[in-house]
Amino acid sequence: MRTSIFALFALLLFYSVGSLAQSDIPQVTIKTLDGKPFSTSEITNNGKPVILSFWALWCKPCQKELDAFNENYADWQEETGVKIYAVSIDDSRSTARVMPMVNGKAWEFEVLLDPNSDLKRAMNVNMIPHTFLLDGEGKIVSQHTAYFEGAEFELYEKVKKIAGIE
Amino acid sequence: MRKLWIVFFLLAFTSVEAQDFLDKAQINGSFQIDGQFYRPDDALGITDSIIGGRKLGLNGFGNITYTLGKFSAGMRYEAFLTPLAGFDPLQEGNGFPYLWASYQTDFVGVTVGNFYEQFGNGLILRSYEEWTLGYDNSINGMRVILRPSAGITIKGVYGTQRYFWQKYENGNRGIVRGLDAEVDLNQTIKGWESAPVRVLVGASGVSKYQKDNDPLYNLPENVGAWAGRVNLSAGKFNFATEYAYKINDPSALNNFIYREGQAVLSSLSYSQPGLGVVLQLKRVDNFSYKSDRRVNGNAVDINFIPPINRVHSYSLAARYPYATQPNGEMGLQFQLNYKIPKGSALGGKYGTGIAVNFSQVNDIVRNPVNDTTLVNTSGTLGYTSDFFKVSDSVFFRDFNIEIEKKINSKWKAVIQYMNLHYDIATIEGHAGEPAVKAHIGVLDLTHKFTSRKSLRMELQGLFTEQDEGDWAAAMLEYSIAPRWFFNVADQYNYGHPEADKRNHYYTVSMGYLKESTRVALTYGRQSEGVVCVGGVCRQVPASSGLTITISTNF
Repeated sequence: MRTSIFALFALLLFYSVGSLAQSDIPQVTIKTLDGKPFSTSEITNNGKPVILSFWALWCKPCQKELDAFNENYADWQEETGVKIYAVSIDDSRSTARVMPMVNGKAWEFEVLLDPNSDLKRAMNVNMIPHTFLLDGEGKIVSQHTAYFEGAEFELYEKVKKIAGIE
Repeated sequence: MRKLWIVFFLLAFTSVEAQDFLDKAQINGSFQIDGQFYRPDDALGITDSIIGGRKLGLNGFGNITYTLGKFSAGMRYEAFLTPLAGFDPLQEGNGFPYLWASYQTDFVGVTVGNFYEQFGNGLILRSYEEWTLGYDNSINGMRVILRPSAGITIKGVYGTQRYFWQKYENGNRGIVRGLDAEVDLNQTIKGWESAPVRVLVGASGVSKYQKDNDPLYNLPENVGAWAGRVNLSAGKFNFATEYAYKINDPSALNNFIYREGQAVLSSLSYSQPGLGVVLQLKRVDNFSYKSDRRVNGNAVDINFIPPINRVHSYSLAARYPYATQPNGEMGLQFQLNYKIPKGSALGGKYGTGIAVNFSQVNDIVRNPVNDTTLVNTSGTLGYTSDFFKVSDSVFFRDFNIEIEKKINSKWKAVIQYMNLHYDIATIEGHAGEPAVKAHIGVLDLTHKFTSRKSLRMELQGLFTEQDEGDWAAAMLEYSIAPRWFFNVADQYNYGHPEADKRNHYYTVSMGYLKESTRVALTYGRQSEGVVCVGGVCRQVPASSGLTITISTNF
């Protein structure tokens, strides 16, 4: 059985590479900060780029990356109209702390909850921070893991390219 | 073979032309390999005979998801040959533990095969997976999700849970069935659409079936549990609570007592830009719920009882992590986040972030059921417990303050102080050892040379009279964003009560990242400790050698 399943997927993979459509975000229902269901199909930005970043309360580099985004967010929005969504993968042990912390840090972008890692799994995220960049059509154009001081500028160069500003 | 049939059947069901099947499809996936090459290290007491033949540990997985419109299917291959040190020996093996296919529309979603699901906070049902711990309790069965109208979600699941590589057959573990409904009242009640209070209510029920083969006891073969939850938000306030109840469920973990179980989790928060406050309370009484009553360890949990203390990121602050005591605990947590505004005397040019956090967990009070029976005697009701009474026995207490400050365009700092009380006898099972009382300090400095090159320095100290005594740690990390990092670190157990165990745990690491591919190499020593993710913990033995991690995502 294992071999046949593997063969099936290998076949799919083989035939799809090259002709493969660029990836959209998978349709998954996650939650807003106040616990309401939120469908990922609502992640849109009127033809402008979107940054989608996975983080958690226990992840220091994630918060440093989001702090860096937040510092530049007003400028970035003005220049390119980019919109940032930060998806917290905190589970029920700490979801209640996410909103106070987000407000406490005065982050200005939208924060969503993925308490059982449904979106994380659907997007094949293993380690966080893991950040995706989507173009105006919602297609994934680039992604990166980890955050080091200054990495936000490289990301922003890509955002500008998508937005057609250079 | 059966699973494969299902995949084909569903593919056929979506009735697409062969060309679409390839052209319009999306495939994505991820791979990761964690390898460790172990070497003997006399100072740590690791000899050739301890390593045995297992010089090399390799944990790896590959995950592939295929999506075509409303249809998707996926699989994960795993190989633990042999598992890394500290993983459960039962983990050894390889195969496809995760195979699934699903069809989703706005109204209905059906999944067959393995899936992960959570009802509410997970108090009576949560299946999830944590690679770093080797934890996976996925359900192998079917799931249906219905959304009959806006604001209403109904979920039904049934199946058996993963227990490492052991196949389910002949009732060798239980069957799990569950139902959950969640209603957003503002979307469903006419006239409530723009009400100032947002109300979300939910209810769920779970039942497990496991045959009673016990020679001694007459055990319940069907164990039912139910839970109800409410989430209220009004302006800057948010209140959420969930209560769960379980009928008697004698198991290896609760010493085969016939007491029913209860759990409550509540939180109240207030937040506005620049300020956030949250208070959480929880009570757990005899609430372990596993699909195999004989299993004692971290496996086949049907439910998840979240610990509510803060999860620390810095190594010494995370040295003594708390793990939920499913047999009984009462806890609270308080957190305040405040950002001192830009331009004020204390806030400076960039503002200053402050986080204050306090949590404490005590035991519950247990009274004997009658004069002649000891508390927690097998085959009895176990004990009685006053719902509101807190025992004097403290499992865990953590008070910590963290200040984040951007000093200027070149320097950033994080300072943390933590005061800890840790009942090592209960939490780690070190019977008879006194509770660890520790002060922990952390200084994390980042210096930016250019917009992409920076140096990060971490200094940490842990000061305690108990367990292994005092520790100091230092770390330097140079990074060239977004590609390279180089890291040297040392943890020094200079205060160990036995002089010959005052070891240095040094590591040298480097890593390269491109897009979503990450390659990291670490050489050095790993101290003995506990790794916890999301409330589940794993003991990690001391080790010495070379570690390599390769991961990619497409």
